[in-house]
Amino acid sequence: MSLKQALKGATLFDFMGAFVLGMKVYFRRKPTVNYPFEKGPLSPRFRGEHALRRYPNGEERCIACKLCEAICPAQAITIEAEPRDDGSRRTTRYDIDMTKCIYCGLCQEACPVDAIVEGPNFEYATETREELFYDKEHLLSNGDRWEREIAKNLELDGKYR
Amino acid sequence: MRDLVEQFGPLWGSVLGIAQILGFAILLLLTLAFILLFDRKVWAAVMMRKGPNVVGPFGLFQSFADFLKFVFKEIVIPAAANKTVFVIAPILTLVLAFITWAVVPLAPGWVISDMNVGILYLLAISSLGVYGIIMGGWASNSKYPFLGALRSAAQMVSYEVSIGFVIVTVLLLVGSLNLTQIVNHQSAGLWDWHGFSFIGALLHGGSPIKIAMAFVTGIIMFMMMWIFFISALAETNRPPFDLPEAESELVAGYQVEYSATLYLLFMVGEYLNIVLMCAMISILFLGGWNLPWGEVTNPYIGFLVLYTKIWFVFFLFAMVKAFVPRYRYDQLMRIGWKVFLPTTLVAVAVVGANVTFFGG
Repeated sequence: MSLKQALKGATLFDFMGAFVLGMKVYFRRKPTVNYPFEKGPLSPRFRGEHALRRYPNGEERCIACKLCEAICPAQAITIEAEPRDDGSRRTTRYDIDMTKCIYCGLCQEACPVDAIVEGPNFEYATETREELFYDKEHLLSNGDRWEREIAKNLELDGKYR
Repeated sequence: MRDLVEQFGPLWGSVLGIAQILGFAILLLLTLAFILLFDRKVWAAVMMRKGPNVVGPFGLFQSFADFLKFVFKEIVIPAAANKTVFVIAPILTLVLAFITWAVVPLAPGWVISDMNVGILYLLAISSLGVYGIIMGGWASNSKYPFLGALRSAAQMVSYEVSIGFVIVTVLLLVGSLNLTQIVNHQSAGLWDWHGFSFIGALLHGGSPIKIAMAFVTGIIMFMMMWIFFISALAETNRPPFDLPEAESELVAGYQVEYSATLYLLFMVGEYLNIVLMCAMISILFLGGWNLPWGEVTNPYIGFLVLYTKIWFVFFLFAMVKAFVPRYRYDQLMRIGWKVFLPTTLVAVAVVGANVTFFGG
């Protein structure tokens, strides 16, 4: 060990420097986001919780083409379909296993009628695993609840597609 | 007051003693609650975070929330553990951490046991603190806790040596083991505090050789203050010497298997020791309850002054935690045995010579 090094150690030189730096940082504005009370901005392209949308007249958009089921890389989507009384083709079952989903957004890409979308909601933690097996009813209610945000996001993102 | 004395009769002494101890313990625990929060806040501020700020105003009640959480969790005792020792270890740590405070004077006249061998008592009890950790690590019957406990024991034993020698230098200057007398010895002002006595050496006058010797002693005492500070960090397993609980190597050291209240006891004991070290630095080197410009005789003011000093020293502890990376084990041992031990030995010799030939 050189003399210079020894002197530096004995006078705690480096530590004093670190202390001064620490005190400089100490009173700086904190970049912390107070999460539950304030939230960071989200991109319109954000892929969060799924939702099934409806047309403005209340008719559900999904036509049971099963493209989303086919493209889903995690095979999280299960669809069963039958003609409805009025002759239109509709799903009788539309399940998404949210524990399997990898949030890739391919279902949204594949959908020809913009029925299945990933909305901006990411706060849907549950206490049990079963609650994360979404059925058609739940997805439609999600669509009703988040329709305004989803429509806005689709409009904002549309010009880049 | 007189009614009370009459009512208890000959028991009055014991009642008063128990009341004092209870008051002291409650004060310590309250201080601890806020010092824990302060620790986290300082650490957060240096990292440009906000730290706990949700429970109560500015997060002031965070420690109480943590306390409740710890108490209501389940105590898990591993199947392979030695159950008796496993439970005794944290209790021992806590009890030892508490009884050390018996001799620490908080203000003029405010001390539970004003014994003449106060420092000897402190050294003895704080040496016993290793047992809690060793017992906890061994009784867990698991590899990480055991390694952590061994490291911790080696570390605490090593640094106790240099802490002992640093205290000896103070003893030589004061000529007493009584903590109250040590504080009274520094009553004149900042220039007579042991940590800054090199200023006093220039003020007091005398023959040139006497001034020179006093000045050298003062400089040495200044160094001793910092050696004591660093040794205290190592002694209480604080970062940068938190090897016993180095997360990246040992998960949490001797505390790995502990949960709920038992863990809480360990943590409270550890922080009590840290606050004790802060108090020791304040008393030995920073003039105790005396103000920088003179003596304090009013116990209330004296208590506030000492309390402020303890918080200031703890602020330094917290800052060190924030900006110094952890030392490697061999570096830790090198500092302890090859740097601090020789330095403090020489310091004891020089201070002793000064006291013998020039009267301090």
